[in-house]
Amino acid sequence: MRIFGEILIGIGTAFLFLGGLGIFRLPDVYNRLQAGTKCTTLGAFSTILGVGFVHPNWMLKAIVIAVFILLTNPISAHALARASYKSGVKLWDKSVVDRCKEFEECQEIGKEEEG
Amino acid sequence: MTALWLLFLSFSAAGIALCLVRAAAGPTTPDRVVGVDGMATISIALMVLLASFFDRQVYLDVALVYAVLGFIGVLAVARYMERGV
Amino acid sequence: MDAQGEHRTQRYLTAFVVSYGVWLALVGTLNWQELLMGGVLSAIVAAFGWRYFSQVGFSRLSVKKLLYLIVYIPVFFWAMIKANFDVAYRVIHPRMPIHPGVVLIKTDLKSDSGKLALANSITLTPGTLTMDVKGNSMLVHWINVKSTDTEEATRIISKRFERYLKVIFS
Repeated sequence: MRIFGEILIGIGTAFLFLGGLGIFRLPDVYNRLQAGTKCTTLGAFSTILGVGFVHPNWMLKAIVIAVFILLTNPISAHALARASYKSGVKLWDKSVVDRCKEFEECQEIGKEEEG
Repeated sequence: MTALWLLFLSFSAAGIALCLVRAAAGPTTPDRVVGVDGMATISIALMVLLASFFDRQVYLDVALVYAVLGFIGVLAVARYMERGV
Repeated sequence: MDAQGEHRTQRYLTAFVVSYGVWLALVGTLNWQELLMGGVLSAIVAAFGWRYFSQVGFSRLSVKKLLYLIVYIPVFFWAMIKANFDVAYRVIHPRMPIHPGVVLIKTDLKSDSGKLALANSITLTPGTLTMDVKGNSMLVHWINVKSTDTEEATRIISKRFERYLKVIFS
C-alpha cells in the first residue's frame, strides 16, 4: 500500500514539474493554459491520492480535495481563456487557424434565438 | 526513505519556481494570472505532501481551504479582466 | 411553476444528501455529536441552497445512467492520462512540435450540466481547451490542429465523450 502510494506521488510530482516547465516554456497564454491545466490537474490529483494511500485513514478527506481540484481546475482555465481572448490577447503568430470571428457571429444568432 | 520524499518535495518546489518566473516575467496580465494559478495548484499538492511528511492532518484542511480560495480568486480576476469590476 | 413544485422535495433531499456526504467525508468519524451537527448544518445549507443545487433531483436517475457513468469514468481517466503524456512530450521536446489554433465544434447536448461536463472533459483531454460556449457551439483551442472543418473537428474531439454524456444527462 505504502509503495503504491509512493509510486503515485512520484508520478504526480513529475507531472507537477512538467506543468511548471510547460507554463515557463510555451509561447502564448492559451498554450500555457493547456500545459498548466492538464499537467497540474493530473499531478495534483495523483499526488493527493498517493498521500491517501500512504495514510489510509486520511483517504476520505484526500478524495474530497482531489475531486474538488478535478472539478474546479478546468473551470478556472476556461474562465481565464475566455477573459484573455475577450480582453484582446492575440494568438501566437505561428497559429494555424483562428475562428473567433465566426464565433462572434454565432453568438449573435444565439442571442436572437434566445430572445 | 526521507531522501525519496525530499526528491518529491523538490520536484514540486521546482514547478512552483518555474511558475513564479512566468508570473514575474509574463508579457501580459493573463500570463501572470496563469502563472499564479499554476502556483496555487502546485502549492495545494505541496501542502498535502507536507501533511504526510510531518504527519499532521491539520495541513489537509489548509490545502482544502486554499483550493477553494484559489478557485474563487482566479474567477474574480477573470471576471475583472473581462468587463471591469 | 407546477413542474418545479413537483420536484421541490426531491431537489431539497438531493442538496441535503450531498452536503451530508461531504460533511461525513470531511470529519471522518462516526461520533454521534458529529453526526448530529452535520445533520443540522446540512439542513440549513439545503434550505438556503436547494434552488441552485440541481434542477430535477433524483427523479431522472436510472440504472442505465449509473452504468454509463461507471463506464464513462475509466474512459475519461484513460483519455486524461494520454493527454498528459502528449503535453509532456510537447513540452520536453526541444523544438516544441505545436501547431496551435482555434476551432469551432457543435454539440447535441441540451442540458447545462451536460455541456459543463463535456467542456470539462474536453479541457482535460488531449491538446484541447474549451474557451467559450454559446448555444450549441463551442470554441476550442487546439494545440495540434488536425482539421479546421467543424464536423471533422467535432468528430475527432468530442464524439467519444458525447456518446456517454448524451445518456447520462438525457
